[in-house]
Amino acid sequence: MPATSNQIMNTPPAQPFAGVSALTVRDLSVSFGDNQALKRTSLDIAIRAVTAIIGPSGCGKSTFLRALNRMHELTPEARVTGEIRLFGENIYAPNVEPVAVRRRIGMVFQKSNPFPTMSIVDNVTVGLRLNGVRNRQLLAERTEQSLRMAALWDEVKDRLHAPAVSLSGGQQQRLCIARALAVQPEVLLMDEPASALDPLATAKIEDLILELKKDYTIVIVTHNMQQAARMSDYTAFFYLGELVEFDTTTKIFTSPAKKQTEDYVTGRFG
Amino acid sequence: MTAPNHRWRKFKNAVIQTLTFACAIVVITPLLLVFYHLVRHGFSSINWAFFTQLPKPVGEVGGGMANAIVGTFFLLAQAALFGVPVGVLGGVFLSEYGSPRFNWWIRFTADVINGVPSITWGMVVYALMVVPMRGFSALAGGVVLGMMMIPLVMRTTEEVLQLVPHGYREAALALGIAKWKTIVQIVVRTALKGIVTGVLLALARVAGETAPLLFTAFGNHFWTHRLTDPIAAMPLQIFVYAISPYDDWHRQAWAGALVLLVLVLAVNIGVRFLTRDRFGQRT
Repeated sequence: MPATSNQIMNTPPAQPFAGVSALTVRDLSVSFGDNQALKRTSLDIAIRAVTAIIGPSGCGKSTFLRALNRMHELTPEARVTGEIRLFGENIYAPNVEPVAVRRRIGMVFQKSNPFPTMSIVDNVTVGLRLNGVRNRQLLAERTEQSLRMAALWDEVKDRLHAPAVSLSGGQQQRLCIARALAVQPEVLLMDEPASALDPLATAKIEDLILELKKDYTIVIVTHNMQQAARMSDYTAFFYLGELVEFDTTTKIFTSPAKKQTEDYVTGRFG
Repeated sequence: MTAPNHRWRKFKNAVIQTLTFACAIVVITPLLLVFYHLVRHGFSSINWAFFTQLPKPVGEVGGGMANAIVGTFFLLAQAALFGVPVGVLGGVFLSEYGSPRFNWWIRFTADVINGVPSITWGMVVYALMVVPMRGFSALAGGVVLGMMMIPLVMRTTEEVLQLVPHGYREAALALGIAKWKTIVQIVVRTALKGIVTGVLLALARVAGETAPLLFTAFGNHFWTHRLTDPIAAMPLQIFVYAISPYDDWHRQAWAGALVLLVLVLAVNIGVRFLTRDRFGQRT
């Protein structure tokens, strides 16, 4: 039986884990003009784990992700209500600067977007440089560290000053991950980071994410259910702007509580 | 699928193709004709003296347009100094800030201003600067050309900034980079070649303006040493020489027109190379 919106709103926030949560989301709603894209969502994101957001197109999963680092503020007609706490601190509090939030919650986009006017190394350090870091030694250290974490160092270490756009698509996406890591965020949001890549490049990104979760809290939106099943520890299923179910990935993919979730993960709809 | 049907279609296609080709020829012909005439009448008068000497008094053969050539470059430099920052920043505002309603009005105004006859600009600056300052001046000439550049530069800047994919802005903001730094360091840098192209084309456009300079820069037969003095410019000198009754001055006018056209052509060709390089790099 499909859950009604009422039932969902009355459910206490889903929290399938006992540990520390990096982000706690309460009653989050996002609307664009008259269109409510996300309806009163509450859930907790576990620290140093991968949380996957799945659901059919238009279900609000990207909307949810972009609310987590206040990216909706770039869209004039977007309205966000509710509360998101990053380690207890409300990131939507009036005295909090969105720029400061985004420094702590990084983002990787679906389409790789290294800056075309910059070299590989300049792309990695741009977040630091434009935030006032001048120390060359620090910049060099962060470059190597970030590129190593993004599993790109060995491929580019001899041509750090080559244009970023000379890299292949998969390398460009890993460069974008390195760029996001260089500012040392606490949470990394990924919006379908591998959907535009070939299977080999996708596998590299997936390995990388599994490696990164040792240090980072990762929230990833994906269309690919095998990918969610392979990589994530927790999975949230969204449908029509509502959070239908949130649980451990094993539970979601083997014995989901809701019929809708089961239909979706078994490929019966969506 | 009968044969006559096809023949009729092919005939129609041929007619349209011929018509469009004829129109294309009509576009190219004036440039070739102008160029041909200028070379025929002007080339013989171009010599070292033309670029190095001042105009000679009536009756004396020879002399050149050195002061007008320098004057034109000086006026363009002044115009750029004043028109480029205002135009570029205005374009940035239109593309990156502002509300749709307000921007609609700015765009509309800029487009209307673009269509204002250039002599009107001359009169406006005459009333605003020449009359209060009690005299024609190089400064007024620079200001009027700069004012004409602003809407051109503003609209092209806005257009090329809009071509920068939104993803770059998002990526920069997601790194916690402030909006103004994102605009300056990411968006404008990405579109820089397009902006430079727009500025060069605007300069080439105002380089040939004559009417607004009649009321402002006025022209000068000698070197200008102060911003508050009238200054010579190539289009003005060409105008004065062309309406004079002296054959020698006519020859100088042809030569001046040729130099001016080559200058504008050079800018346009340079811009083509600039943009080609840009698209080459994009892939």
